[in-house]
Amino acid sequence: MTIMPPRKHGDASDGMVGGRLTRFEGSLKLTGAATYALEYPIDNLAHAALVQSTIAAGRVVSVDVTRALASPGVLMVLTPEDDLGLRVSADWQGNRPEDKPYHPLPREVQFNGQSIAAVIAESREQATEAAKLVVVTYEETSPVMSIDDPAAGEGKLMDNLTIGWGDAEAALAASPVRIESEYSTPREYHCAMEPHGLTAKWDGDELTIWEPSQWSHGMARMYAEWFAMDYEKVRIISPYIGGGFGSKGQPLAYGAVAVAAARKLGRPVQLAVTRPQNFTSYGGRAATRQTIALGASEDGVLQAIVHRGRTETSVYMDYPEQTGAATPILYKVENFSSQSRVVPVNTVTPGALRGPGKNPSAYGIESAMEELAYKLDMDPLELRLKNYADHDYQSGKPWSTRMLREALTQGAAAFGWEKRSQQPRSMRDGKTLIGWGIGCGTFPVIRAPSEAMIRVLANGRVEVVSGSIDMGQGTYTILAQTAAEALGVPVSQVDVLLGDSRMPGSSIAGGSMLAGSITGAVHKAAIAARDELIGLALNETGSPFRDTGANTLSLVGGRIEASRGGGPSLSLQELMQALGRDELEIRRNTLAENAQTPDDQKQAWTTMSKVQGPTSGDLSMHSWAAHFVEVRIDEDFGTIRVSRMVSAFDCGRLYNPKLVESQWKGGIIMGIGQALLEEGVVDPRNGRTINSNMADYLVPTNADIPDIEVISVGVPDLDASTLGGKGVGEVGIVGVAPAIANAVFHATGKRIRDLPITLEKLM
Amino acid sequence: MRDFSYLRASTLDEARQAVLQAGASILAGGTTLIDLAKCGVAEPETVVDISHLEGLSGIEVTPQSVTIGALSRMSDVADHSGIQAEMPAVSESLLLAASAQLRNMATIGGNVMQRTRCPYFRDPGTFPACNKRNPGSGCSALGGITRNHAVLGTSEHCLASNPGDLAVALVAFDAVVDLGSRRVPFDEFFLLPGDTPDRETVLQPGEMIIGLSIPKSAAAKNSTYLKVRDRQSYEFAAASAAVGLELEDDGRTVRDIRVGLGGVATKPWRARAVEQALIGKVLDDATIKAASLLAMEGAVAQSDNTYKIDLVPRVVARAIETVSTDKSGGLA
Repeated sequence: MTIMPPRKHGDASDGMVGGRLTRFEGSLKLTGAATYALEYPIDNLAHAALVQSTIAAGRVVSVDVTRALASPGVLMVLTPEDDLGLRVSADWQGNRPEDKPYHPLPREVQFNGQSIAAVIAESREQATEAAKLVVVTYEETSPVMSIDDPAAGEGKLMDNLTIGWGDAEAALAASPVRIESEYSTPREYHCAMEPHGLTAKWDGDELTIWEPSQWSHGMARMYAEWFAMDYEKVRIISPYIGGGFGSKGQPLAYGAVAVAAARKLGRPVQLAVTRPQNFTSYGGRAATRQTIALGASEDGVLQAIVHRGRTETSVYMDYPEQTGAATPILYKVENFSSQSRVVPVNTVTPGALRGPGKNPSAYGIESAMEELAYKLDMDPLELRLKNYADHDYQSGKPWSTRMLREALTQGAAAFGWEKRSQQPRSMRDGKTLIGWGIGCGTFPVIRAPSEAMIRVLANGRVEVVSGSIDMGQGTYTILAQTAAEALGVPVSQVDVLLGDSRMPGSSIAGGSMLAGSITGAVHKAAIAARDELIGLALNETGSPFRDTGANTLSLVGGRIEASRGGGPSLSLQELMQALGRDELEIRRNTLAENAQTPDDQKQAWTTMSKVQGPTSGDLSMHSWAAHFVEVRIDEDFGTIRVSRMVSAFDCGRLYNPKLVESQWKGGIIMGIGQALLEEGVVDPRNGRTINSNMADYLVPTNADIPDIEVISVGVPDLDASTLGGKGVGEVGIVGVAPAIANAVFHATGKRIRDLPITLEKLM
Repeated sequence: MRDFSYLRASTLDEARQAVLQAGASILAGGTTLIDLAKCGVAEPETVVDISHLEGLSGIEVTPQSVTIGALSRMSDVADHSGIQAEMPAVSESLLLAASAQLRNMATIGGNVMQRTRCPYFRDPGTFPACNKRNPGSGCSALGGITRNHAVLGTSEHCLASNPGDLAVALVAFDAVVDLGSRRVPFDEFFLLPGDTPDRETVLQPGEMIIGLSIPKSAAAKNSTYLKVRDRQSYEFAAASAAVGLELEDDGRTVRDIRVGLGGVATKPWRARAVEQALIGKVLDDATIKAASLLAMEGAVAQSDNTYKIDLVPRVVARAIETVSTDKSGGLA
């Protein structure tokens, strides 16, 4: 079985970095030829189905598996009674405070929908049906249902998230113009088209896992730690992923269950997490509450920002959704205070979902700024430009690049903002109220080292090999473009192999850090490969260049020849033949020269410990966005439709504008869903998420999406990355929801401060 | 795996015989049955496949009526030019329902028989109490999240709303359900939940829908279906109305008006009070508004669905305005 045939390019006409090449794995996905994690044909496969709790808090007293075991095809039932022999894994940073057992099927029930048992059978259908026959007896305790539950309290202050400078409270009190409001967002979910799941297969003490992964190396490390085995013995295979959005960066309890079952059973086991189970098998975006007070002078100069955030977390882990993440860096302000609390409730621990932190944070500050603009009777665009941050007031550092002013002005021009009337409810078309709004967004440049291998084959083809992944954002394509440009070969000559933890190390595909990180490594390896080829051509016996007297050669368009012209001209295939080589393999990484030990490398590829934040150097580095939205609202029904959007971005240099625009639009569409539709609905009596399916948890359909115009105003930022790009994947969503909420206010005169803005809130 | 027997009926009679057995379910388009089987609500012992039966999928337009075979696909009915011309609300209600993929599979008989979207009905593992699934077990929706539950026709035993769109048009235009041996007016086909919410229709064991007949009328010819929801497509109605209007020869006075409601009632709902208030009246904004308020006569809201009490009259009024404006170019 060929696990990963190299992906080949079609059209090479427009391929170098910056070219608008089409995603070249796209046709495989469209035709069904791309193989996803649960689609690999594996002999002797058994199937696992999860049994999830139906109470929010308590203890499993007993599990009666008699009927399930007697059900046709059932091989095994795992319950909290079974010691699976696992150990806790280290955290994202690689820290493991204490070595203790890990129970992926725990006895303590911490939320409704927690996996507490699993049935393994010959077929998925048999396992699924038998799972219904497992009878769990609980001893219930009193749960905390949500952040709004009076029992939830104020939560825990996260000292590391307290930010402040100046004297915000005093400056606020002294400000002649003030606004203060609370903004709420509900639990939101990733809803990747490909649900979670895996296939696990043991061969002796070696473990292979086919699982969609945003981080093959990190996940391999965590599985290895759970099962107390060598990292090198675990292999994660994930060449294609049907969307992740932050949900597929770590192994989860169900993964531990499937791997343990496979070991116990001595057979490969596949576990498909059903769509409803996807809502509780890992966390979505935490519910958030923010209070924001702004103080300004009468002419609209910000004097103070006071921000207080509370976000849901689980009762077993503190996950802070950082609602104070964008607040301090969007505007020039001399007095600032932000505090964040996490509020433990009986939910699965929330997690990263596109634009984590920055997204709800921008919703708060960008709504508040618009409220201030109306209070001042000032154009919200003017207010934003007036308080433009000339540097990062939080870190005190200059920006690397910040074209947010250009994003605002060029976006406004493309949108036609100057035709706006200031008064709410002043634009209408019959019974349709029309409103315009702005929302700014930002996401930090996060840098991480990566590794890459370039292989030049005897037939002249070039392979880029990396364990990084492509979940639809375009890694295959931009790495081919990067290698082609650096090497001097057409893109059509390059193949890319990704998504295998046995391949060279890489950063996580998260926090918008992968593209900048992995293109840097591929660029470095490709330059080294070019230099190596030229060196061999000049010096090796058998090379026709050896005796030409040339002291330098060039590699352009796939041909190697003397830089000054004249003499031999060879294709890579001809050169490899002349050199008598089957293969040339060059591996490079972007770790510091003094941090190249095997331990350094393992840490770099499998933990976050070498990741650098946006202000780790002398500069403050971020992507920026300005969204302009038009909504049309039926004044009788309260139904909102986004009718027009223009979004301008500064993401530095774009490696492939076509793919970047697609990512931006994808983020914007998720933002429309967040603003108007998405909400995990929890039954207040038992903590059950009752809309855990794609008919009841609403995400936008094509019919909800207008034409979206995206504009790039960025310039190459060589401090941010080797090739000058900044992150593009996360920032697209950041600022969309407030832009829509602001447009809704402009249309209706009603300020809705809790998302989503559903029709009854406007009636 | 739950085993079930699969019977491919070769005649209608054979199918009728087969569905007499306890635990038998009819399979036509499968869009409802498979969905309900997946969430553990439908657990048929026997699946009786009628999808291939001849003679049940025609659409016929006669001088008096439109008849639709039970196995006609939603998309075929929606796209039928005779139906679009004679009763636009029927076509529109289908086009605003489900998704294109579902409409290509789902049959008209199955569409009429679709079950409620009540999340408590659909999650038996977590909410054992459901009088519709398990008579006498209680109603989990009472005291739960009720944003999408009914405000009309509810009882202390059930709040589940009927999710249909087509059914709203059918009840408005006096469709008749053809069961072969008997014909039942659409408004009588569905039962109120009362204290037996498990009984949703008058279908007796062994009976199945053969087809529908919708009488032509001037009101049906001048009709519209208005569906209001947060999402533009593929969402059940927050509230919907099928409205048809016939004016007297003076072009101002209402001779006949039909108002069906969806998304708000335990069965496809006919708002006869609205109709009665408008027959013989000259339509103007105030008259329409006042009459539309009657749509909510007898409505009982739960904590999360009070908005429907305000929304429904607005939807009714807009739909009436739409059919009156289309005729005369403006309100009388």
